[in-house]
Amino acid sequence: MGIEGIGARVARKEDKRFITGAGRYVDDMVVPGMKHAAFVRSPYAHADIKKIDVKKASKMPGVIAVLTGKELKADGIGNLICGWMIHSKDGSPMKMGAWSPLAVDRVRYVGDAVVIVVADTKGQARDAAEAVNVDYKERDAVTDPVAALKSGAPQLHPEAANNLIFDWALGDQAATDAAIKRAAHVTKMKIVNNRLVPNAMEPRAALGHYDKAEDHYTCWTTSQNPHLARLVMSAFYNVAPENKLRVIAPDVGGGFGSKIYIYPEEIVCCWASKRAGVPVKWVADRTESFLTDAHGRDHVTEVQMAFDADKKIVALKVDTIANLGAYMSLFSSCVPTYLYATLLSGQYVIPAIHCNVRTVYTNTSPVDAYRGAGRPEATFLLERVIETAARELKVSPAELRRRNFIKGFPYQTPVIMNYDAGDYEASLNAAMKTADYTGFEKRRAEAKKRGRLRGIGMSTYIEACGLAPSAAVGSLGAGVGLWESAEVRVNAVGTIEILTGSHSHGQGHETTFAQVASGRFGIPIEQVSIVHGDTDKVQMGMGTYGSRSGAVGMSAIVKALDKIEAKAKKIAAHLLEADEADIVIEDGALKVAGTDKNVPWFQMALAAYTAHNLPSGMEPGLKETSFYDPSNFTFPAGCYICEVEIDPDTGVTEIVQFVAADDFGNIINPMIVEGQVHGGITQGIGQALLEGCHYDPETGQLITASYNDYTMPRATDVPYFQLSTSNTPCPSNPLGIKGCGEAGAIGSPPAVINAVTDAIGNNKLTMPATPSKVWAAIRAAAKH
Amino acid sequence: MYQVNYHRAASVADAAKKAKGEAKYLSGGMTLIPAMKVRLASPGDVIDLMHIKELKGIKVSGKSVTIGAAATHAEVATNDKLMKACPAVSYLAGHIGDPHVRHRGTIGGSIANNDPTADYPAALLALNATIETNKRKISADKFFTGLFGTALKDGEIVTAVSFDIPAKAGYAKFPNPASRYALTGVFVAKDKSGVRAAVTGAGDDGVFRSKEIEAAIAKKFEAAALDDVKIPAKNLMSDLHASAEYRANLIKVMAKRAVAAANG
Repeated sequence: MGIEGIGARVARKEDKRFITGAGRYVDDMVVPGMKHAAFVRSPYAHADIKKIDVKKASKMPGVIAVLTGKELKADGIGNLICGWMIHSKDGSPMKMGAWSPLAVDRVRYVGDAVVIVVADTKGQARDAAEAVNVDYKERDAVTDPVAALKSGAPQLHPEAANNLIFDWALGDQAATDAAIKRAAHVTKMKIVNNRLVPNAMEPRAALGHYDKAEDHYTCWTTSQNPHLARLVMSAFYNVAPENKLRVIAPDVGGGFGSKIYIYPEEIVCCWASKRAGVPVKWVADRTESFLTDAHGRDHVTEVQMAFDADKKIVALKVDTIANLGAYMSLFSSCVPTYLYATLLSGQYVIPAIHCNVRTVYTNTSPVDAYRGAGRPEATFLLERVIETAARELKVSPAELRRRNFIKGFPYQTPVIMNYDAGDYEASLNAAMKTADYTGFEKRRAEAKKRGRLRGIGMSTYIEACGLAPSAAVGSLGAGVGLWESAEVRVNAVGTIEILTGSHSHGQGHETTFAQVASGRFGIPIEQVSIVHGDTDKVQMGMGTYGSRSGAVGMSAIVKALDKIEAKAKKIAAHLLEADEADIVIEDGALKVAGTDKNVPWFQMALAAYTAHNLPSGMEPGLKETSFYDPSNFTFPAGCYICEVEIDPDTGVTEIVQFVAADDFGNIINPMIVEGQVHGGITQGIGQALLEGCHYDPETGQLITASYNDYTMPRATDVPYFQLSTSNTPCPSNPLGIKGCGEAGAIGSPPAVINAVTDAIGNNKLTMPATPSKVWAAIRAAAKH
Repeated sequence: MYQVNYHRAASVADAAKKAKGEAKYLSGGMTLIPAMKVRLASPGDVIDLMHIKELKGIKVSGKSVTIGAAATHAEVATNDKLMKACPAVSYLAGHIGDPHVRHRGTIGGSIANNDPTADYPAALLALNATIETNKRKISADKFFTGLFGTALKDGEIVTAVSFDIPAKAGYAKFPNPASRYALTGVFVAKDKSGVRAAVTGAGDDGVFRSKEIEAAIAKKFEAAALDDVKIPAKNLMSDLHASAEYRANLIKVMAKRAVAAANG
């Protein structure tokens, strides 16, 4: 290491502690007097609670407290909320059903929390939880989102008739319908986007500690956004006022969206700590993770894409039913709306778009953002339908895309977004060249000789990162702003601490954020520390999700560094008796340009703190803060090409080549970006071929509640990825960054399914395309 | 996991003596321990058989093979003599679970549990093996009695399995994409007395011999002999991962691969 600036492929600083087992996660936290919690959870998908008897459990060994929803309500703890207001087409607000952190009179999904037990040991808490007697009266359950809307379906919330949360639309329906009517060709499809379980490596956990002396709470929690957790727990759940609540998210082992939300458990652990008079820790086991982490995706969509005689797209019509589960999770409403319908123009000029979305309650775990959040759903349907259209129109899928690409920027889509920059042909050309796209038919013929079915599929995706600006998202219903904060502290000997409102749970911020300061001031990267994840250290922040920490989080840091640089130059100019405008920062020193006069960085910093010789009127010290609110989203885009070989005897798909050509704007650390793309594509391949969350439609039991039935991608399931980037800098932020965290998961599923369907000659295939399904599809195609 | 008393048996006789009430034998624990961890199994006592000397070891002598019940999958997979005498069994053991499982799990534990998707039952049935216990000898045909069912009586301990070295044998498994247990596995064996083919992972009543496969390869012990075989989907499992029809297909495909492997 040493001076490592923007663009350096520097190894991650944080990995030493992670790979040596020295990371500090919530479960590693120990507080004097700490006790352990277990939750009594509903074994039924839908039932009324007739009676809760805690007498026997309360007398079990080691038990300190057994607490119910009634007591929670009596103490004024509020219901969980969804923080993004969506209005239906008729102007009515979304129908938010009550979600009590501990269910009081009804449970709505298997795993719904009902009672918390606090005991000396985890085992004792679990033993006592089993001794709690809850008298349930079972109700009929519904898990399928389409079935939930049908008349006669079991009803979940009195607030939401027919289980309908909202019926929302975006775009011009009349223009879209008219264009479809006039069209030379219309491709129609039904698209199912399969439900996924997030499966972060570290399960969720919470430790609530009420300090009686200070009347103050500390909550350690597995959060992607501890400040948001504090805000919501204070403002809505009535846990404690902000100045009496410290939230700490230490090392967090992966989130993928599932740790954005504030869940019942952290609220209940804080409350129970005061009630029981002891610090209360809860750590989910893997079964609880499967049952209660917010799931992702779960859309059923009818789509029509219309073309004129020149094979130009004239309209896109989308009708989606999105399953939001038993309750509205924190950002569940924006995922199938503003993070979905706004991306339906893709990389294409589409004059008319209309998207209708109905969201529904079902007796399943709540559904919210999961890596990509809305954008994978939009990309999957768009890229499946254009590939299908190319087959129907008998034109190369690459050519059909190229013909419809947006070529001039900025470009205003009919669905809100204003794309600022991009070069879609560059990515397409780069990917096609790497993949030897034109040589494919030869490879297909060669594979056929070996008895294998070879196919190729493409996806040209666009996504939107760095959700912003705050005023715009506010006007669309967001309950929060989407800026980021940074504080840069230059210490008296020149070392630097950067406090950020972003949160790192695997992204490598401790390295990339430090690179920005190291390179800028020419100081070794070891001398730059990143501080995050603690509301007592960092005043306020919005956290990490939606690939925002580079584009928004680092931009805030740059703004603060600008202020540091300005003051440092003033001090140096004063010390060197030079003009401030002549000072340059090079090699760890502030120099008078064109002379050998200089003051080392550390001496300038020391001067700021000794304050013996500062410019007249200047305050001592060197610390600056910044709040950065972006002026636009950023728009990463790219082209993915997947090539598969299928064994017709077993239906096993092998990905033999995967090419990704991305445009992420400027890149701080190429190695970390590649890691993000590898992980994203692996999750995308997981969705396409392996992962599928299944509930029993009758009982509402989660069938895929363990790794015996839920297939996670393994190393042998993914190929060697061939990555490249062709970057157009983002014009709206100071570093020109677009974001890379979700692209792989967004762009890859349609490329994989397009390849598989190409190989087998049957377009009717749902994700995950398991060997059993692919084999059946091959047989169906042969019969045809 | 509930509280449990752990006993380490010094000998088979000691283990049998310790087995009282709801006690469970532990021989690797690759099924029992996970079930206990999620509180689906709750024995008050477990009696560990892993450290009993007389249950260890793999003997290959002239015409036959004897594998001690406490031999781990890794030991079976890497035993030089066995790899020469019957490589199909070593291959099978080398493809159970992952390295962790293979170094803990044992052949005795696996067959006593008789999971319908476990690998060993197919091998023992196809090899016409004998299961030795502390009380008697049981033929594989009589030992496996349906889903998780065996002929073992309460307290009876598997001590070894033995079989005559076949002229040819082969195993092919299609792993469940999630669990890596056999979604369908077929073991074929040929010796003087004829051919046997056993199927695991597919039957709705556990491991079974496929008469369709056996009839075809009895005529000619070659993969091509199976080309026109039709496997009925009746009595096969159907679940999230595979339909009965798909499993029927896999029986044929895996049988062909097993025969090809047996022929080298």
